[in-house]
Amino acid sequence: MPRTSLNKQEPPEDPPLVSTPERGFLRRRRRLNEDAAGLGRARAGAFVAPALVLIAIFLVFPALWTLYLGVTNWRLTGLAAAEPEFVGLDNYVDAVTDDRFVGSLTRTLVFVACSAIAGQMLLGFAIAWLMRRASKAVRGFVETLVLIAWILPASVIAWLWLAMLDRRNGSLNAILGTEDTAWLLEYPMQSIIAFNIFNGTAFSMLLFSSALASIPPSQLETAKMSGAGTWATLRDVVFPNIRGHILTAVLLVTLWTFNVFTPYLLTGGGPGQETEIFPVFIYNLALKTGELGQGAAFSLIMIVINLIIALVYLRVLRERRHT
Amino acid sequence: MKTYITRGRFAAALLVPALVLAACGGDDDDSSDGAAGSEDGQVALVVAENAIQGGKNAEAAEWVEDWVIPEFEAMKADEGVEVTVGFEGSGVDDEDYKTALALDLQTGEGADVIGGFDGIWTGEFAQAEYIQPLSEVYPESESWDGWDQITENVQQNLSFNDERYGIPGGTDGRVIYFNKELFAEAGLPEDWQPTSWDEILDAARALKDLDGVVPLQINAGTAMGEATTMQGFLPLLAGTGATVWEDDVWQGASPGMEQVLDFYATVYGDEELGDPLLQQEAAGRDNSFLQFSEGEIGMLIEGDYLWRSVINADSDIAPMENRDEVIGWALIPAMEPGAGIDGQDFVSMSGGGGQVLNPNTEHPDLAWELMAFMNSPEALLERHKDDPRITSRADVNEELIDDPMITFIAEEVLPISFFRPGLEEYPEVSIALQEATETVVGGTSPADAAQQYQSTLEGIVGAENVAE
Repeated sequence: MPRTSLNKQEPPEDPPLVSTPERGFLRRRRRLNEDAAGLGRARAGAFVAPALVLIAIFLVFPALWTLYLGVTNWRLTGLAAAEPEFVGLDNYVDAVTDDRFVGSLTRTLVFVACSAIAGQMLLGFAIAWLMRRASKAVRGFVETLVLIAWILPASVIAWLWLAMLDRRNGSLNAILGTEDTAWLLEYPMQSIIAFNIFNGTAFSMLLFSSALASIPPSQLETAKMSGAGTWATLRDVVFPNIRGHILTAVLLVTLWTFNVFTPYLLTGGGPGQETEIFPVFIYNLALKTGELGQGAAFSLIMIVINLIIALVYLRVLRERRHT
Repeated sequence: MKTYITRGRFAAALLVPALVLAACGGDDDDSSDGAAGSEDGQVALVVAENAIQGGKNAEAAEWVEDWVIPEFEAMKADEGVEVTVGFEGSGVDDEDYKTALALDLQTGEGADVIGGFDGIWTGEFAQAEYIQPLSEVYPESESWDGWDQITENVQQNLSFNDERYGIPGGTDGRVIYFNKELFAEAGLPEDWQPTSWDEILDAARALKDLDGVVPLQINAGTAMGEATTMQGFLPLLAGTGATVWEDDVWQGASPGMEQVLDFYATVYGDEELGDPLLQQEAAGRDNSFLQFSEGEIGMLIEGDYLWRSVINADSDIAPMENRDEVIGWALIPAMEPGAGIDGQDFVSMSGGGGQVLNPNTEHPDLAWELMAFMNSPEALLERHKDDPRITSRADVNEELIDDPMITFIAEEVLPISFFRPGLEEYPEVSIALQEATETVVGGTSPADAAQQYQSTLEGIVGAENVAE
């Protein structure tokens, strides 16, 4: 059986259009033209000033403030609320040695891997792939359903899920005949993973359906004519074409899921700490237990993790552009 | 000329975000502090309670909205002062309400009169300087005639370092409620009164034979919050002769602690005398109320709150038409006769909340007047006419209490009851106790759970403040 590899011919490397001295000249001209709008430094500065002020007020200042709070023992109530003391890196040392912190981080990784990468992206892609050739009516119907799950307010969806998973009168128990199963207590992690897949698949679906539409039909036709099966088509035609989209989806969905708080509405982090993913942990710690200083330190750790994910993404994206 | 224009544009550029911010945050000014209203001689006050019509503590919410506000406004109007009073209701768990209050007060906002304030919060709120002694917020409050009617130890509920911070609303006590119909089916007496923990367990084992009945509900776990500590752990601990805090140190993994955890292990262990899942549900406490009112739970340890605000006929949570016929109550026995604190045979725990004045109020005089009015005999009799409880005022109690259950609490339970330590660290210690019960329900051995508690406790209060 002939294995067709259709994407073998890489485009030849561009020959240099102009020789080196001419390039130097162009660069100089480009520098002259950097101020294309002819605004001048001061006026251009005035235009970006509002944006910079907003960023400073709402992004830079809170981040620095969090950094400061993270080295204090500030609490919501009590003596340490009135006069917080400087405790140095104690909060960070506590974080590394605290089972609850490490456990929460591990749970978050499982949650992201299962609900974002494996769940939302695979399901989103599968729906987009299957709906590609479906009739307009079917496609519209399915997409509307998925979208509704996405655009409904999280509190409404959480309430519906609570009703569905309820131990005594839940619809899931009625359908499956699994009387008296407390899904949120017996399968807590599985429940919030399913909840998050349900809630967030629409984004991946939308992104992938527009990505699939951008694949040149000729390539798909060629694949078909060469007798490529579905898997070969996906591997050799579809994935190479939409690699950038996949990367975008991975980053955004990972970041969102890493920061998502809505599972709190279902379980509050419980039973025990079994669904205490990172954002829920910080909320419980800072506002329920009142450990604002420690909460700030952990928030900063979370910001750093977010930045690392974003940096990795930008790096990969840039390398892709270079090749 | 050119610099002029540039500067103008720069100013405009800075002005835009400022305007956007002002427009978006603009509705905040007039609601809370009432300063805008006072210009035309009108004063706005806000009173907050953790009560809401159609939900939690509905009677209290109705009383404030339908009686206190109109009466107070009319009274002040007669005196020539125009006051409008707003009500800020909530219907959330006490822990969430406390967080909201702390955040309000931290930012200098919040209602003028703050109700639903649990006595054990007084220390930590006072030390955080969120609340101030009444003598500072409104010095004339010292001469209120109501203080004579409130005994010293009830006043302690809302006091810290011998300063009054608010007016206590009353006190309560805990008992074992039981369903007489289920008891009759299981062959247990209608006037049941256990004298030891073993007798509670024996009754539970008898109830276990009934179909679809959870024999005993004793609160455990963090999802139940303070209800676990107050209705579960502490009354049991008192029954072993121990307390969480005595002789100026916290008690760690004491023998009493292990005995209590052992009781939990028996109830939620292999015998399944209680429902371990109910402990962990987010709405577990309300569900336990509902199941008890529907005859699915045999015994439930609760405060008189259950009787007067949960299973009373007009309740919005778990009303019982036949409450008076079906529900019985018994004192909580010590582990064995005479094993309780001070050699007591029976024990209980009491608490109580009340109202405090917001130190940020613009009108301390009127806010105090409103708070005093809400604690006048007239107002309290109106509040509790269908919902009798032990108020803080002796003159009101004399007239009010004729309900057999509340009389029982006042006469039999209060004399044998204990209070929680009013210390800043208590709320965190309480969570550690809840976690200890949770791990035992989850299968950890009582000895290990007690050791875990010991190390958590050392982390909270410092090893030097924990007894050996």
